[in-house]
Amino acid sequence: MSPLDMSPDLDPRDRGGEQQPLLIVRDLRRHFPIKGAGGRAVKAVDGVSFDVRKGEILGVVGESGCGKSTLARLLLHLIRPDAGELVFDGDQVDAPRGITVAALRRQAQMVFQDSYSSLNPRMPVRDSVAFGPFVQGEPKAKAREIARDMLAKVGLNPDQFGPRYPHELSGGQKQRVNVARALATNPRMVILDEPVSALDKSVEAQVLNLLRALKRQFNLTYVFISHDMNVVRYISDRVLVMYLGKIVELGPVDEIFSHPRHPYTRALLASRPSMDPARRMEEPPVTGDPPNPIDPPSGCRFRTRCAYSEPLCATSEPALSAMGGGHIAACHMLDPASGHSAAGAMS
Amino acid sequence: MSQTVVFPGSAVSPHEDQAAPETRIRSYWQSVGYRLRHDKATVFFGTMVLLIVLSAVLAPWLAPFDPYKESIIGRLKPMGWRGHLLGTDELGRDMLSRLLYGGRVSLLMGIVPVIFATCAGGALGVIAGFMGGKVNTGIMRTMDVFYAFPSVLLAVAISGAMGGGMSNGMLALTLVFIPPMCRVAETATTQVRALDFIEAARATGAGTMTIVRHHVLGNVLGPVFIYASSLVSVSILLASGLSFLGLGVRPPTADWGLMLSTLRQSIYVVPVVCALPGVAIFITSICFNLVSDGLRQAMDVRM
Amino acid sequence: MTRYILQRILYAIPIAFGVSVVCFSLVYLAPGDPLQTILPPDATAETIEIVKKAYGFDKPLPIQFAIWLSKVVTGDFGMSIATRRPVFDEIVMAVGNTGMLVVFAIPLAFSIGFSMGLLAGCFPGKVVDRSVTGIAVFGVSLPNYWLAIVMVIVFAVELSWLPATGMGPKGSDAFSVWRWSDARFLVLPVITLSMIPIGIIARTTRAAIAETRNQDFVQTLRAKGLGEMAVIRHVVKNALPGVLAVMGLQFGYLLGGSILVETVFTWPGSGFLLSKAIVNRDVPVLQGTILVLAVAFVTINLVVDLLQSLIDPRIRRG
Ligand SMILES: Nc1ncnc2c1ncn2[C@@H]1O[C@H](COP(=O)(O)OP(=O)(O)OP(=O)(O)O)[C@@H](O)[C@H]1O
Ligand SMILES: [Mg+2]
Repeated sequence: MSPLDMSPDLDPRDRGGEQQPLLIVRDLRRHFPIKGAGGRAVKAVDGVSFDVRKGEILGVVGESGCGKSTLARLLLHLIRPDAGELVFDGDQVDAPRGITVAALRRQAQMVFQDSYSSLNPRMPVRDSVAFGPFVQGEPKAKAREIARDMLAKVGLNPDQFGPRYPHELSGGQKQRVNVARALATNPRMVILDEPVSALDKSVEAQVLNLLRALKRQFNLTYVFISHDMNVVRYISDRVLVMYLGKIVELGPVDEIFSHPRHPYTRALLASRPSMDPARRMEEPPVTGDPPNPIDPPSGCRFRTRCAYSEPLCATSEPALSAMGGGHIAACHMLDPASGHSAAGAMS
Repeated sequence: MSQTVVFPGSAVSPHEDQAAPETRIRSYWQSVGYRLRHDKATVFFGTMVLLIVLSAVLAPWLAPFDPYKESIIGRLKPMGWRGHLLGTDELGRDMLSRLLYGGRVSLLMGIVPVIFATCAGGALGVIAGFMGGKVNTGIMRTMDVFYAFPSVLLAVAISGAMGGGMSNGMLALTLVFIPPMCRVAETATTQVRALDFIEAARATGAGTMTIVRHHVLGNVLGPVFIYASSLVSVSILLASGLSFLGLGVRPPTADWGLMLSTLRQSIYVVPVVCALPGVAIFITSICFNLVSDGLRQAMDVRM
Repeated sequence: MTRYILQRILYAIPIAFGVSVVCFSLVYLAPGDPLQTILPPDATAETIEIVKKAYGFDKPLPIQFAIWLSKVVTGDFGMSIATRRPVFDEIVMAVGNTGMLVVFAIPLAFSIGFSMGLLAGCFPGKVVDRSVTGIAVFGVSLPNYWLAIVMVIVFAVELSWLPATGMGPKGSDAFSVWRWSDARFLVLPVITLSMIPIGIIARTTRAAIAETRNQDFVQTLRAKGLGEMAVIRHVVKNALPGVLAVMGLQFGYLLGGSILVETVFTWPGSGFLLSKAIVNRDVPVLQGTILVLAVAFVTINLVVDLLQSLIDPRIRRG
């Protein structure tokens, strides 16, 4: 981590100081009840705890359907959590003594996965960008001014692109507009839900670089969701790996990529396409479909697809254990006392 | 950051204008207007609709005779008889004048219910669609009950039970059109509500009313408007049907459906004259129908 | 499958209930005292008292509804104000006569509408297509009672080929479809009635055919060298279920639409009964007829849905 990447000067809105995590997430849970399934539910996010540090980019990876978007929406209270708490810069969200959801949304914003449906098709994009500041109390003219400014900041000429409708923009341009829209309300934290997964490689690189430049310029903190390990490695400071609604591993990016601990993380790394033979691992890539999130496997959720699965894994659920250096993972093999035959060999 | 740079660090060039062609940017409604103006058939039938409406509005100035002036000797005369361009009816009143005046009632009874139903049904549909859940189920299941009646039957039932008359007829037709209108608005709203830009708007902290006003209505208005325009023709047919059954205005007021009904006794005497009010209904209905079709096509812009 | 059928039937029950609530409240929509609206104006004080008791008019509305519903399900629809006969008997006869019209009108409408749609769908954009589309617009814009009058003018008044109105001298009871002297009376009403759905059936068929023709499997058939006629047979087989479903719905609409047509032809069916009830302010008859027709409509919808789900498994999941 180069010192340039850290934010040296603190935001005037900062309350807790540099050491206070910007966002603390504790035991966040959200189950979606299924109609006609007799009270059963999709366990989209099932007890998730982590911190987002000030000024960092926290990458979140996981397969499709593991609950990444649900997590992102929970962080902004766009859907209500069933349980758990959020603490934003020391203030609990939506609690009697904390800050309101509205206050949270003044400081945190989101860029959505689908760049197409996240812009109103009947609105010129400059109005979409201006909507946020307008709602948060700026007069119309000022909001327009901010929108022009933000469009320019994301590399779109406001005179040329501002009056256009979403269908008149390319995917990359739409995603730039989405970024401008998220930044128009001057947030401190931005949650980016797969912001580049719909773009082709060259545009992807441009948008990623834009995001880094903007982060530096505006002192932002990112939660960056992706299913692409390469993208996450490029952009993140720390990486969180999710599997079926739970965290399986979390740690600094270099640690995760050089010493992945959880079999799932290793399998994910092995599944990425790579031309470099040195980067290939012994690990078999993830195979098969993920299990049904309505009835996730007992014990360790990954055991049905894990090469090291033992009877123990079906009966007891592994806890997240610390490996030092802020690296944690949830696997019986990492816990010498667990009774797994490979326990201790890995740590 | 680690040493491996996966992506060649192309710096962000300010204002990269990605070969954007200099096209004039039109808003949705502007482009709809443009397409409408260039659709000859729709322009023609639109003009017809305009003429029909104008002739009804200007009936007092256009009508050659007093539409209520009866004549014992001039009953049921053929077209062209003594200056009566379209003949006379069973009480010797001038057909042309009565048709012009009749258009006022017929158009009013056809259009007003559509306007009311669009407002009421559209609002209910947007509420049902945007609130979802129990509110949606409650509203939509109630609508399903009214859907279970064939439309003519429901209109006849309500206005028949209420004893007929023009305002009862309009009320009945409004009630008939609210459920389908509500369904159209609900479907459109439900579709829009699932899109991310609504979430994005909520993420900025916008309240429900603000979101509905700025983000939902604009997207729902199109389908609702198209559907409403197609209802006008149906409504004119139904309204004159009610009058034909004696559930509309009372004699001697002129109304196309009622005229058709009273002239029915006289088809053996002047068949062509007796069929005239039906021709008026038919032409009006077909013009509204074709304009609505043109509108639908013009508004079918992928955006 | 059974699950779908059960679900669909369960869903129809609250609808039927709602329909009966609407019909029940018709009496209360009528201006004035509801008791007056279901009794002849010259009813004696005794009769009024009896009816008041029987229908529970002194009790709260939900109870009145329950009493009314329990009578209705056993076929007791009250007395007609105009004829003093049980409403039920009148309705049974009238619905039978309307059914006779509909039974002939539907196949006629279907064969004409389907052929038109098929032609248009096979030659999209051609003159046939455009003329069929034009005729379809005509069809849906046509006031059918006016068409009825024009039919009478042309075929009964001017040409004197067919009788204008009624069911013949012997009336409804002795009417036989198999005797031409009786069946003559059917011709004009049936043709007029069949005109209502032709446009819609032609439109639906056209859309279904055009859509099916663009599907991959049709291209494959063509690529395999199948003749155009054989391809069309395949296309028709695939488009048919959707068209049949729309037609099933039209069946219900015809029951409603026949009100006006029957009035012109004074055909003693349910529609004519309704229009007489309107003229006579005969609310019990109005209420009973509407209820029977609406429940029939709900049932037909149900049957059509179930039949369609038997033919086309895709529906069940939707
Ligand atoms: N509103 C909802 N109602 C019911 N189930 C839902 C809802 N939203 C998400 N789910 C379910 O929750 C699970 C997690 O969904 P989510 O969208 O969070 O996954 P994701 O990790 O973002 O996947 P992707 O990479 O495809 O975007 C899925 O099984 C999904 O079907
Ligand atoms: Mg997602």
